[in-house]
Amino acid sequence: MNEDNSFKQKDRKEKLKAFALVSPLLLFVLVFFITPICIILIKGIYNPKIKTLLPNTVVSMQTYKYQNVFPKDETIKILLSELKVLAKERNSGILSEELNRMVPGFGSVIKKTSRKIKKIDIENIESYKDFLLNISKRWENPKYWMTIKRANDGFTLSYVLSALDLEFNIEGKIVQKDESLRIYLPILLKTLYMAFLITLITMILAYPTSYYLASLPKSKANLLMIFVLLPFWTSILVRIVSWITLLQQKGVANDVMMYFNIINQPLDMMFNQFATIVTMTHILLPFMILPLYGSMRSVDQTYIRASSSLGANPFTTFFKVYFPLTVPGLSAGAILVFIISVGYYITPALVGGIDGQMISNMIEFHMRTSNNWELASAMGGILLIITITLYWVYDKLVGVNSLKLG
Amino acid sequence: MKKIVLAASLIASLTVSSFAQETLTVISFGGDYGKAQKKHMIDPFVKQSGVKVFFDDYKGGSAELKAQVSTGQVKWDVIDMEYVDLEKACNENLLERIDPSFLPKGDDGVDAKDDFYPMAINECAIGNIFWATAFAYNEKFIGDVKPTTMNDLFDLKKFPGKRALKKRAQINLEWALIADGVAPKDVYDVLETDAGIKRAFAKLDTIKDSVIWFDSWSQAPQLLNDGSVILAQAANGRLTQFTVVWDGQAFDLDGWAIVKGTKNLELAKKFIASSTSSVPLSGMKDVNYGPTRKSGTKLLTAEEQNKLPTAHLEEGFKVDSGFWSDYGTELNEKFNAWLLKK
Repeated sequence: MNEDNSFKQKDRKEKLKAFALVSPLLLFVLVFFITPICIILIKGIYNPKIKTLLPNTVVSMQTYKYQNVFPKDETIKILLSELKVLAKERNSGILSEELNRMVPGFGSVIKKTSRKIKKIDIENIESYKDFLLNISKRWENPKYWMTIKRANDGFTLSYVLSALDLEFNIEGKIVQKDESLRIYLPILLKTLYMAFLITLITMILAYPTSYYLASLPKSKANLLMIFVLLPFWTSILVRIVSWITLLQQKGVANDVMMYFNIINQPLDMMFNQFATIVTMTHILLPFMILPLYGSMRSVDQTYIRASSSLGANPFTTFFKVYFPLTVPGLSAGAILVFIISVGYYITPALVGGIDGQMISNMIEFHMRTSNNWELASAMGGILLIITITLYWVYDKLVGVNSLKLG
Repeated sequence: MKKIVLAASLIASLTVSSFAQETLTVISFGGDYGKAQKKHMIDPFVKQSGVKVFFDDYKGGSAELKAQVSTGQVKWDVIDMEYVDLEKACNENLLERIDPSFLPKGDDGVDAKDDFYPMAINECAIGNIFWATAFAYNEKFIGDVKPTTMNDLFDLKKFPGKRALKKRAQINLEWALIADGVAPKDVYDVLETDAGIKRAFAKLDTIKDSVIWFDSWSQAPQLLNDGSVILAQAANGRLTQFTVVWDGQAFDLDGWAIVKGTKNLELAKKFIASSTSSVPLSGMKDVNYGPTRKSGTKLLTAEEQNKLPTAHLEEGFKVDSGFWSDYGTELNEKFNAWLLKK
């Protein structure tokens, strides 16, 4: 009994020690990784700005029906008085930007209205409707009013919907956007397609390479492994620029093919989807070779011999015995390559031209050029969900425990 | 105790030294334009005030500005902004409001508020140049037939070869409509309708395969220079060594704006007052940009004035920053969607 207790105590101590050892990393990940990601993700679905700027109007708007076009006079009065305060505090610009993002064109209407109301006593206005219509005919559009109504709880799905080329229509139903505005869903699908293709090509290239490496004596294999690892250690920019020199219009590849009369005109191999796929395949190849090589090395050769001595032909031996034993390495490589390439940014940005861009380039665009951080975070969130789902599917199919990274 | 005293004195000495040398960070677009600004606006200010100025480049837009202001990490003090970006940034409260009363009189003694052209004094900025987006060609590569109108930019038969355009909806949509027969003054009314937007994109479709899209103004002269493109869009000040086609020029202002929350507010104002006085403004003629003060224009010869966008106003239009503040996001989204379509 006593002995058992002291054993437990010791065990607990060991666990505590272990935890203390990982705690710096845990803290680091929590502070610099998890928290910022959560903050950014929340931006994509939570935006209380309109509600904070027009608190009473939003509440009063809840009884509004779009069939009536205009809300009750009382509501308009509240809106005008709140706009007046905003105009005096010079905050109407923020409101106009916020609303303009929901309905393009709303911004200038808000600005004009606040400029006007600043100088007018609200009590003296005879008809609120006419007053608004005098400032801008656009107030007649129920879409504008619905946007204010929808700002009620601060939580909004509109950015997530935008990221999937969907929107709320006037009745509050989710519908597809106008065709000329559909952009994110096609690019998301293209990203998945390209990531899949890159994974497939790396598999096809890496499997025989790893097999050859694994079949060599260790010293020779280690020597050849340097050729796999050398590019891995070279700066990624250097590798990308080398591909540009190789594949561009007046590049090495075109020149050689022209010289040998294989082609008459230089091929467009750079700054398009082709370039993105080629370059990324090259960059991600080590991530496939290394786990594959590891799992092939650990295959027990006696199984292979046993299979042959029991009468299996080489094909059967390969597919029934050897291949299943390398699946953990293969799937680890595949999941690594796929997840890395789905979120890859720098290669498509540099060699992708216009049709080789991936979803991460769009996220960057909204972070750095269009200032629409909410949409960017919604897109990032969707990407994260897709990645996690794929990981979950993988776990169900193959099992994460069997993952082998060499 | 000793250690604490030591640390305290160290910190004190650090803060004192950072006070002693005042540094103002001024951000602009670089290239020849930046050089002209350094010569006529920055250097005279440094000499006269003894303030150190850190003068750096950016690509335009307001994204980095937003990042600095919303995270409270304000590193820039004064920023050169295109008026087409200015309105949005001003709305979003990223810039200090500017009361123009601190601006000095013109060289001829006229009050600042009468001396500046009306458009130049903005709620959030003081204009420092009049400039234009136009297109140009290189005499070396153009051949015998020379482009003269906006139609020529869209005419692949008459001028085969690549064109360089800035990768954004602004100006390109306006130009497409002008080439399609819309009068420059009606461009924004047409562009406000769905049919107008479709029309603009349909026109852009006709040259889509022959366009090289660039991100930074500095790329345009490079592309023209090495013959990668036959025609290129650029700010007219980047095109001094090429022949500019003024037809359809999109005419606009740049101004000095002050980043919200800067610690050097007074210094920033001092800089703006100095750099937008008559003589520095007239110096921008080096890159064919017009002064924003009437007294600055008076300092230029007739020949110099003729090279400025202001001399060709009737051939072009004023960029409507209010329109772009309203529809910029939507149209740029459409523009991106259009770019990605095969």
